[in-house]
Amino acid sequence: MTECIPAIEDDQQGLRFRVPRRAFTEKGVFEAERKAIFDRCWLYLGHASELEEAGSFVTRTVADRDLIFNKDREGTVRAFLNVCPHRGATVCREKKGKKKSFQCMYHGWVFRDDGELINLAGAASYSKNFNECGQVNLREVPRLDQYAGFYFVCFDDSVEPLPDYLAGAKDYLDLISGHSPEGMELVGGTQEYAIRANWKLLVENSFDGYHAESTHATYLDYLMNTNGGLSETRLAGYAHDLGNGHAVLEYTAPWGRPVAQWIPMWGDEGKQEIESVYAELVARLGPERADQVAHKNRNMVIFPNLVINDIMAITIRTFYPVRPDYMMINAWALAAKGENDWRRKFRLFNFLEFLGPGGFATPDDVEALEKCQAGFRAGDLAPWNDISKGMAKEKPSFDDEHQMRVFWREWDRRLAGIREEVNNA
Amino acid sequence: MPEHTSPGPDVYFQVQQFLFLEAALLDSWQLDKWLDLYTQDAEYQVPPTDLDENSTPENSLYYIADDRQRLNERVLRLGKKTAHSEFPRSRLRHLVSNIRILELTATEMAVEAAFVCYRSKDGVTDAFIGRYDYRLARTEQGLKIRSKRCHLDMDGLRPHGRISIIL
Repeated sequence: MTECIPAIEDDQQGLRFRVPRRAFTEKGVFEAERKAIFDRCWLYLGHASELEEAGSFVTRTVADRDLIFNKDREGTVRAFLNVCPHRGATVCREKKGKKKSFQCMYHGWVFRDDGELINLAGAASYSKNFNECGQVNLREVPRLDQYAGFYFVCFDDSVEPLPDYLAGAKDYLDLISGHSPEGMELVGGTQEYAIRANWKLLVENSFDGYHAESTHATYLDYLMNTNGGLSETRLAGYAHDLGNGHAVLEYTAPWGRPVAQWIPMWGDEGKQEIESVYAELVARLGPERADQVAHKNRNMVIFPNLVINDIMAITIRTFYPVRPDYMMINAWALAAKGENDWRRKFRLFNFLEFLGPGGFATPDDVEALEKCQAGFRAGDLAPWNDISKGMAKEKPSFDDEHQMRVFWREWDRRLAGIREEVNNA
Repeated sequence: MPEHTSPGPDVYFQVQQFLFLEAALLDSWQLDKWLDLYTQDAEYQVPPTDLDENSTPENSLYYIADDRQRLNERVLRLGKKTAHSEFPRSRLRHLVSNIRILELTATEMAVEAAFVCYRSKDGVTDAFIGRYDYRLARTEQGLKIRSKRCHLDMDGLRPHGRISIIL
């Protein structure tokens, strides 16, 4: 190992916060992140609504590990490494479905949906106690837990309990899962894409209130064109540190929200519908919480790589690095269970207009991130990103960079051990 | 699959030339002229790659689901320098092949075709591969596109990251 792990520069007196560009480019940092972050933190796996029925499963890659996420016949939700204990082949090669057992195609080993090996081809050639202690069952991930329907895994058995880890983010997960009295569900259709940039650029971008007016000028134009002018609701709000590296922006914005902010484009039918949604919120949650749910937007990052943006629609977005300059992204739309066809349609249209990789905004984010990554090639001569905006403020605005500093301080803290080891070697 | 029809070489040639014209207008970024190929009630859709073919954009999350209004806005947006992803513009080449007329009436037809669209920018070339499903209106002004649905034969949008162009 010849590369060293660079540190952030957090000068609270001088009001300057800088991130080394090498943090986005170096193989050594990528490897250190895997050990100190992706192997240690709780990582988003999936949503409860994906496994409504016993026997259902989805397969998914989480931080480079292929997993089976399923609900067994007894109704227990589980997560296994999608790896045959025999010789390592991928056991389940389908993306989703219903199964009572999983059979490896290589030598035909069959595992029940609770992971137990139930059919061993040529069993007579093995010792009688071959699987006495479950050595050749499907291997469950070290930790699996859920909060408000959001399932997380951790590859480190000694991690703190999920509720402790989530800290202040729990309240926001409760808030988002309370949009509907019937709960929330994922809508069919996964947006699976990639960006040729470092994963931390998407962390920053996912809750960057500063870039909206320049990067997304054409989206704001679109809102104006289709609504006969922007509504009086301005972009305004604050950033909040939620602890453990998580942070959220909470702010008002001019776009329509299916729960529940009306815009002229939605017409009279929409107005009545939105008013009745709001009335239900007030009755169930009280006027203050209802106002927060309906009229505030939230961009939240749960450290390290879960984005839940409750904006003109709700996206659950997770991503992980494949190389320092390449990441894989999966994004889903979360929706209110039981909402009518009108709301579901406008929710999905809102999503694809802004959030989707075919929309009027996300492609420009992709462009921005890839151009940052290109700029970092000159990192030897121009080594620092500046993230100082709003550092002096007691109450940082949604378009300051407080939330990014929250992320980067946690990133820096978690890499400190490895940094010392590597830099002293 | 709809009934087999035999539209004859004239109609087939007309359809083929029409689809080639559409490709040429997209490749040369003449998007206003391209938009004129569409009816006022036109739809343009790109479903994600993990849905079955019966899904609709009203009940499932699509990459693109434009009605005529959103399609107009898409073209308007792509004409601006602030459509950052396509400024400067990428180079495009749409290849359209395997054209089949699946249904034919006096006023409309269903057509499918295979496509590859190459997008090149900043030293990177991405290929979008898939099948077009068209409904073409037969009007007095010639053929018009009533709907175009692009089914990607891809494992997600990787490594592309975006559909900032028109497929």
